[in-house]
Amino acid sequence: MTTPLTLAPAPTVRTKRSDHLIARFARHRGAVVGALLLALVVLMALTADLLYPGNPLRIVAAPEIWPFTDRAYPLGTDALGRDITAMIVHGARATLLIGLVAAAAATAIGVTVGALATWYGGWVEEILMRLTELFQIIPNVVFVLTVVSVLGPKIGNITIAVGLVSWPPIARLTRAEFLSLKEREFVQACRAVALSPGRIIFREILPNALPPVIVMASLVVAGAILYESVVSFLGLGDPNIASWGRMVGEGRTLIRSSWFLSAVPGVAIMLIVLALNLVGDGLNDALNPKLRKR
Amino acid sequence: MLALLLRRLLQAVPLLLGVIVLNFTLIQMVPGTFLDVMTAEQQVTDQAMIDRLRVTYGVDQPPAIQLAKYIGSVAKLDLGYSYRHNLPVIDVLWAHLPATLLLMFAALLIAVLVGSAAGIVSALKVNTWWDTAVSVFAVLCFAAPSFWLGIMLIILFCVKLGWFPVGGMVTIGLDGGWWTQVMDILHHLFLPALTLGLFYSANYARVMRASMLEVSRMDHVRTAHAKGLKHSAVVLRHMARNAMLPVVTLFGLQLGAVLGGSIVVEAVFSWPGIGGVLFDSVMSRNYPVVLGILVLSSVVVILANILIDLLYARLDPRIKAH
Repeated sequence: MTTPLTLAPAPTVRTKRSDHLIARFARHRGAVVGALLLALVVLMALTADLLYPGNPLRIVAAPEIWPFTDRAYPLGTDALGRDITAMIVHGARATLLIGLVAAAAATAIGVTVGALATWYGGWVEEILMRLTELFQIIPNVVFVLTVVSVLGPKIGNITIAVGLVSWPPIARLTRAEFLSLKEREFVQACRAVALSPGRIIFREILPNALPPVIVMASLVVAGAILYESVVSFLGLGDPNIASWGRMVGEGRTLIRSSWFLSAVPGVAIMLIVLALNLVGDGLNDALNPKLRKR
Repeated sequence: MLALLLRRLLQAVPLLLGVIVLNFTLIQMVPGTFLDVMTAEQQVTDQAMIDRLRVTYGVDQPPAIQLAKYIGSVAKLDLGYSYRHNLPVIDVLWAHLPATLLLMFAALLIAVLVGSAAGIVSALKVNTWWDTAVSVFAVLCFAAPSFWLGIMLIILFCVKLGWFPVGGMVTIGLDGGWWTQVMDILHHLFLPALTLGLFYSANYARVMRASMLEVSRMDHVRTAHAKGLKHSAVVLRHMARNAMLPVVTLFGLQLGAVLGGSIVVEAVFSWPGIGGVLFDSVMSRNYPVVLGILVLSSVVVILANILIDLLYARLDPRIKAH
């Protein structure tokens, strides 16, 4: 519609900077391990249908085969004789999907709320920050369970519920970042050339405020995965989808005879949350080199 | 102090109103109406009876009036009636709240003690294997889902070793004086509190470490060393005490999460708190109780935050200024 009023960014600088980013990220040994683990889970989720075609929730063998005893079922079978490996591989899909979509929704809400609050100030800020406080006050698990019970146990509803409780920290962080950027010269320059507020907020300030928000978002993904696992552990998850949390819950009744049933999927949850935290730490070091004082 | 208390209480009012409105919105979102769920549950099919219930429960009125009435009744601590328990919701919750609060505070105690101790150790021995061990411990505690950690502790300490009871809060049919009873409850409390506490101790360990490192560079610590105080006295009285402030902040921020976490842990250890009630009510679609828990737990968090603010003002007199 209109010609760009700001100078185009110099492309050479950008590639050089991303080199730096990767190098700085790789210096953090834990972060590399986390990234590898995460890549493995993503690969598992993508190739689930190739590795274990068909419904993972079907019965394939005798019940309660212990892990590492039968080569065909490396992680054993559950109380109904379903293949645990297949359920773990397919469960990676639901876990990642819910985690990523919920975190994306939470980031979108949080960034919008934080940005609008700071930009407009006054009563808009007051209302938006009160709203943030409200969602921070409500115990998250109680809220997620309530929403899921009201809307019904569908994977979409779980994602909505988790997204709704995860945005306040992002809104607060975005607000803090925007507050420090709002009065800088480049923003005043944008105002002087009469750029629209939407453009200044999302195209000019946001890219500068984004690094810490990205780090926080990686932790929100981890949190979302934990919420999903809690919901399905309590038996409120989507009954038609293999979920790690539900496997722990279902294995719980047999802890005297086959304790591996709840141990194995729990390790999977723990590893992915661990990986996301390590990646978050690495991103933090790579994106905010100034903050690396701890 | 009193002025601060009053201001905080006043600020809590809009928050509480927000919770109630949110709650009301959720009720309106129940598929069908709230009354349909109830009549289906109680197998009421007589149309005259249903019409009478509609009037009794005020469902025939427009949402705005219903909302005003709902706010009015919550202000009078009337959270509705649980037709399953045949008791007012508030009575059901009062009966179970003490157990949840006990679990929460025991867990927070463990979290603060274990977390600060771990943080102090890793800050004093920074960049040694102690430090690494503490951060590995923190990361593992943080990543493990609490319900899973609880089940693993049950497998180890109850099934394999037989040291602790598997669940519940008291031994059924236990005779004896109050001392025996208290010890019995503590015996039951230990594992759930540990499960919940370990998760939060990870946070405290991280924050305490960072804050100890920050404080250790301050002038007053150097002065304390220079005037010849023992190392342990400097660490405990001059460093740890100042480093506790961020931990207190975190304590306040996390109360809501701890309440949610305790609900999950209660489900694992069949602890007779709010969590069990919530879970049963969610399962049986007993919405008055579910929403009552949402309001009550928010109130608990708001009140606890006010308490933390007061505590904070005591710990750091500079806070009073604003």
